[in-house]
Amino acid sequence: MRPVVVHPRVDFMLYAIDPIINEAANWHYMSGGSGNAPVVVWGIINRGGEQAAQHSQSFHAMFAHIPGLKVVMPATPYDAKGLMVAAIKDHNPVVFMDDRWLYRDEAVVPEKIYEVPIGKAAIRRKGSDLTIVACSYLAREAVKAADELKKGGIAAEVIDLRTIKPLDTAAILRSVRKTGRLLIADGGWRSFGISAEIAAIVAEAGVRLKKPLVRLTLPDCPAPASISLEKAYYLHCADIINAARRLA
Amino acid sequence: MHRIRECEESLVEPIAKGEIRTPCHLYTGQEAVAAGVISCFTDKDYVFGTHRSHGHYVAKGGSLRRMMAEIFCREAGCAKGRGGSMHLVAPEKGMLGAAPIVGGTISLALGAALAAHIRGDKRVAAAFFGDGATGEGGIYESLNFASLLKLPLIFVCENNLYATHMPIRECRNSENISRIAEPFCIKTWRIDGNDVLKVHEAAKEAVALCRSGKGPAFIECLTYRFRGHVGPDDAIQGLHTDIRPPAELKRWLKKDPITRFEHYLSSKKLLPPTALNALKYQAASEVADAVAFARRSPRPNPSHLEKYVTK
Ligand SMILES: Cc1ncc(C[n+]2csc(CCOP(=O)(O)OP(=O)(O)O)c2C)c(N)n1
Ligand SMILES: [Mg+2]
Repeated sequence: MRPVVVHPRVDFMLYAIDPIINEAANWHYMSGGSGNAPVVVWGIINRGGEQAAQHSQSFHAMFAHIPGLKVVMPATPYDAKGLMVAAIKDHNPVVFMDDRWLYRDEAVVPEKIYEVPIGKAAIRRKGSDLTIVACSYLAREAVKAADELKKGGIAAEVIDLRTIKPLDTAAILRSVRKTGRLLIADGGWRSFGISAEIAAIVAEAGVRLKKPLVRLTLPDCPAPASISLEKAYYLHCADIINAARRLA
Repeated sequence: MHRIRECEESLVEPIAKGEIRTPCHLYTGQEAVAAGVISCFTDKDYVFGTHRSHGHYVAKGGSLRRMMAEIFCREAGCAKGRGGSMHLVAPEKGMLGAAPIVGGTISLALGAALAAHIRGDKRVAAAFFGDGATGEGGIYESLNFASLLKLPLIFVCENNLYATHMPIRECRNSENISRIAEPFCIKTWRIDGNDVLKVHEAAKEAVALCRSGKGPAFIECLTYRFRGHVGPDDAIQGLHTDIRPPAELKRWLKKDPITRFEHYLSSKKLLPPTALNALKYQAASEVADAVAFARRSPRPNPSHLEKYVTK
């Protein structure tokens, strides 16, 4: 049996956090490899719509913190199918998170069953002026931003992480060594999130940056209701363009 | 009840026009539950609500202006525009809060009842929740703990036969919810939730039990929402998801709690038609004032986004 459990909002998934973390994530290790939990937990992220704090959370960094869990976040229709198939075939518990803000994107995907390998990032745009690392909705926004930046003569390389854990550190380091400039865009909160993890990996590898890296994240604040606050809270393509221009 | 109905119906147009964006779960049709239970409470007693809590807030005496301002997501709202329709709160009136994680506030009401028990101040707490909340585990833990300590907590289940678009028969073995309290030796009622007098009578007994240290109590109110799960009409807006049989809705519309109570009052000659009209008029003008107030109130200042994250 390869169960896929769907949570229409990641927020509601917290009722299941004990079986996900205490049981599924630890099961293989604490049984000395005698048992495993090949389950896919599919959490759908909602953002905006004046729905406030309990209907707008993502938690991908929190799940990525847990040993034994894998976390994937598709940004394209092709990856949504391929990562889901890979998640189902994986022998470990996989948290599959996608963003409702991507649900209107359309593309033709192969009818056949194919896999997008877990743990492999995708280079969405090639460039030598700076590296933009992003995932999920912000990976799409980063691609749009790179196309816009190109018109102004800035060549941004866009890395779509696709998998949060295990992180494709090789792809990140290869790109940052080339460009010397790093912008990380994450739709999670700032503190202790994936932007901090990526910054640490780059620092540990001793990569010499031409300028200090920049993190674009949600502030350390619950999601507000009012649209006036939502506009200040969420990140979009324009935020990436502005930050990239300052960095390049 | 009029005031609640008036609030809900005044929201229909602004929601349909897109002026209100925060998801509104209207209480139209269920007014007798909030009015019947909370009329037995004082301002010192506690109420916790759900995603569908405009009625609980109004019945508990929360300011209409501050509620409307919250639904319009303005700074003058009861949650300062940070919460929206699903986060109504009026601590000064004992309305300690509403929140939309299904079943999530039941254990909070339990905590309020525990505090009253520890302090010995005779306050009572009510947890309002829908039939859907009985699918979550926390309610059973709360029933057990409340029963163990004889806490002054009234579990008020508003059984409107659906959880979003899921008929109760598809997610529960039995339509009778009050039975879940029996193994915990809790006094229960299963009543017509569209009869405000029946609700009031049951709640009065439940409050008396709780105040005398013989709580908790469980009241299952059979009722029905007249409008969509979210917004005025699921079949018109959005996802066309209202699968409720039209004949069923029609049957329930005949049991409108407000018309029924009006009929009772007039048949017993308890309230002359002029007085009733005056009451309706007053409710309508209070609500119109609140909506106008909300409309002219400013939205929160974006530079104050991170205010209130911690105290
Ligand atoms: C934990 C959780 N799961 C799912 C939801 C989505 N949801 C919102 S309201 C609702 C149905 C609630 O039904 P019920 O408790 O009967 O209340 P009603 O809407 O009928 O008043 C659901 C499933 C949620 N808010 N929280
Ligand atoms: Mg219901």
